[in-house]
Amino acid sequence: MLARAFGALLIVPMAALLLANSARAPELAHVAPRAFRVCADPNNMPFSSRDGGGFENRIAERLARDLDLPVEYTWLPQGRGFVRKTLNAGLCDVIMGVPHSYDMVRTTKPYFRSTYAFVYRTGSAYAVRTMDDSVLTHLRIGIHIIGDDYQNTPPAEALAARGIIDNVTGFPIFGDYSKRDPAAAIIHSVARDSIDVAIVWGPFAGYFAPRERTPLTVVPLPNAVDESGQPFAYDISLGVRHADSAFAARLDSLLAQDHEAIDGILRSYRVPLLPLLPLQSTQSHESPLPQ
Amino acid sequence: MNRDGLLSNIATGRCMEKPIALGISIAMLTVVATSSAQQARDVAAARDATAIAAPLAPLGDSAGTWVTPAKDYAGTRYSSLDKITTANVSRLKEQWSYTTGIKDGHEGQPLVVNGTMYIVTPFPDKLIAFDLSKPGPAKKWEYAPPVDPVSFGKACCDDVNRGAAYADGKIVYNTLDNHTIAVNAETGKLEWSTKLGDPNTGETMTMAPLIVNGKVIVGDSGGEMAVWGWATALDLKTGRIIWRARNTGPDRDVRIGPNFKPYYKWMQGKDLGVSSWRGQQWKVGGAAVWGWVTYDPELNLIYYGTSNPGVWNPDMRPGDNLWSVTIWARNPDTGEAKWAYQFTPHDQWDYDGVNENILADLEINGAMRKVLVHFDRNGFGYTIDRATGQVIVAEPFKPVNWASKIDLTTGRPVVNPDKETHQGRLTKNICPSSTGGKDEQPAAFSPQTKLFYVPSTNVCMDYGGIETKYISGTPYVGAAVRMYAGPGGNGARGEFLAWDATTGKKVWGITEKFPVWSGTLVTAGGVVFYGTLDGDFKAVDAKTGTVLWKTHFDSGIVGNPIAYTGPDGKQYIAVYSGVGGWMGAIVPGHLSIDDPWAALGAVGAVPDLPSVTKPGGTLHVFAVE
Repeated sequence: MLARAFGALLIVPMAALLLANSARAPELAHVAPRAFRVCADPNNMPFSSRDGGGFENRIAERLARDLDLPVEYTWLPQGRGFVRKTLNAGLCDVIMGVPHSYDMVRTTKPYFRSTYAFVYRTGSAYAVRTMDDSVLTHLRIGIHIIGDDYQNTPPAEALAARGIIDNVTGFPIFGDYSKRDPAAAIIHSVARDSIDVAIVWGPFAGYFAPRERTPLTVVPLPNAVDESGQPFAYDISLGVRHADSAFAARLDSLLAQDHEAIDGILRSYRVPLLPLLPLQSTQSHESPLPQ
Repeated sequence: MNRDGLLSNIATGRCMEKPIALGISIAMLTVVATSSAQQARDVAAARDATAIAAPLAPLGDSAGTWVTPAKDYAGTRYSSLDKITTANVSRLKEQWSYTTGIKDGHEGQPLVVNGTMYIVTPFPDKLIAFDLSKPGPAKKWEYAPPVDPVSFGKACCDDVNRGAAYADGKIVYNTLDNHTIAVNAETGKLEWSTKLGDPNTGETMTMAPLIVNGKVIVGDSGGEMAVWGWATALDLKTGRIIWRARNTGPDRDVRIGPNFKPYYKWMQGKDLGVSSWRGQQWKVGGAAVWGWVTYDPELNLIYYGTSNPGVWNPDMRPGDNLWSVTIWARNPDTGEAKWAYQFTPHDQWDYDGVNENILADLEINGAMRKVLVHFDRNGFGYTIDRATGQVIVAEPFKPVNWASKIDLTTGRPVVNPDKETHQGRLTKNICPSSTGGKDEQPAAFSPQTKLFYVPSTNVCMDYGGIETKYISGTPYVGAAVRMYAGPGGNGARGEFLAWDATTGKKVWGITEKFPVWSGTLVTAGGVVFYGTLDGDFKAVDAKTGTVLWKTHFDSGIVGNPIAYTGPDGKQYIAVYSGVGGWMGAIVPGHLSIDDPWAALGAVGAVPDLPSVTKPGGTLHVFAVE
């Protein structure tokens, strides 16, 4: 399987790919990979960007350098179908950031752990620290939302568990994709005083809050798991195809080797980092979170 | 990020085998003179489209055409052609085929008019015409619209297209990036193109239009992307928007006025599209219109359903959440609502109400009733008075346990509290699953047998528990839902069944290993056609359910078969293979059919799936030899 997994790293022209999809098993074995092929969203700062400005771009460059390969991207907006249309279509071989327990892909050992955070205007009369702060019952709260199948972002679930509904505004997670940083509208809304507090994923908060003219405060949630049972903290891994176990193992060793450099990249994007827990084996379908 | 940038980005990844021209505008019209012979044919075809089939009058010369998605305004998918019969169908042989080169779900159906067949491919939504007077496949022309590739990344459930409609010399269809376009049927030149939404905000279009009174009726997809769902009517001549009706919000936006007379009291009142939600939630309430539209010319009413309520989990949107999962009866000329009926108030299970509404006149309890028949995702088969919205019959056509029955006095389901979904609570064994007792793949009605032929799914689910939810900047994480074969099928997950809508009873059924995800055709020859997800195409005796003939395709079937008469006078049957659609896109690894692409990427990961089916996209044409 090793040879086949790496065979998929070839730069395959479209026509050949379609052929390969229809054939039983493409004869790609025993050919050395020519590129580190990344599936990424071209407009998804601070994670990835077509101009290479995201921290996932930086980490991809680092890993590709280790492998002595150029980085090659397949760009597609994230959303349902992303994995199917990119990684699982064989157009690219690695997704740079997925939750460790994400079972659509084979995940590597986590390379960072972060959590959700409050973002509010510095100097506000409230200094929200926990989801149980009583001011949350009347502040104007903004959260990212996604409409499908009753799945939602962790703060949406945690607020619902507390009956906090009417003072919550949902910002569609994917935003208006024709604009740069489509999901950043929620942070602009805090700065503009149209909401009082946003509860957003840490890497997102850490990157966008300092970019507003209005000073904003970022406070990571103190607890990894809400009392409702809803996790706030997540381990983030690289994701490869399920079959590519050898590739995942290779990436595991690179992540270990580059641990400090990767940490440095994440810190430079002000990603709120939590200590990685000492358990993970590659690919687990169990939640890595402590209960 | 400009559009060109994105185009080139995605072009490196997929689908853009050749650069597509950008910047075609609405103003870029091509006027083509039509000959009088052409006009005569158009008139015949238009007669076909306006002939409601309930009860089905013989369609005369135009019986051999297929000009509107479901054959007729009534949505029967009944062909009065009778040369292929129960006696000779076993001699059916493939005459020709055409591979589109696109390996996404091929939903929808071809059109046939004036000796020409038209097919619409999945994204990038190419329209291809075939000259049927020549040995097939005789490609006449191909029209490739400039579809914004951003829509490819936004569509939730595979990049399908459910087909086109013909009228007045035009082939009209929707593109994934929210354009309704009209193409000259003779020349393949664009006549008009109207933009109806922005794919950048998650809205897409996948449904097939219905053309009524010179108006093109269309609707949106994207309930999972926080859209504000709508249907709209365009002028067939120009593409100008005539009206748009929202599915949530104030009566003004929903086009509810003094003539709105819903049958049941709980749907009567002012601005219920606002007050049945909390706060401003109706603004992102979903309720898209991605299914089928039917039309009764006598009542001058169109019928279509809306999708699930959007965005918030059920605990965050107490209330009925009108007008999600609702059937509308509207005046096609003004968009004004005549009545509405919500199938599943406060939907907690993702039971979209978009499935087709087939119009028929049936004798029920000794009286002839003008009804529409609807097989809902929620597992109930409804027979509804199409003039008033009164539910006459509502019986489960699949195992159902979320509700014990539909109370015909109130019109409301009697919900089983054990099967309600709440966040943080694991609710086990809900039947049917979100995929529904049936999804959009349309049923058919035969006026000969008075039976409805229904592709169905027998899958149940566990919902909830604490799972990884959606985290910004990572791929969509998927649903905390486990799905598995429902009861009674001995592990089988599908059934093709015949249904008596006057009593709400199954007459016969054919068990299938996989959910039946193809549409249905029934003919005057007494034969019913359908396909399976693992690629069998079957002909069945409409009376008995006996399988008379079958063949096998390399890729599974999610398209809808049609019948037509060729220029040689022979009767033909056409259908797409090409597995995909929602079943292919959403179910994350808990049904063996869930994601053929994952199984068949270049690496060939999953060993058991390639033997079942593989991606494809082919038009198949059959005749009796």
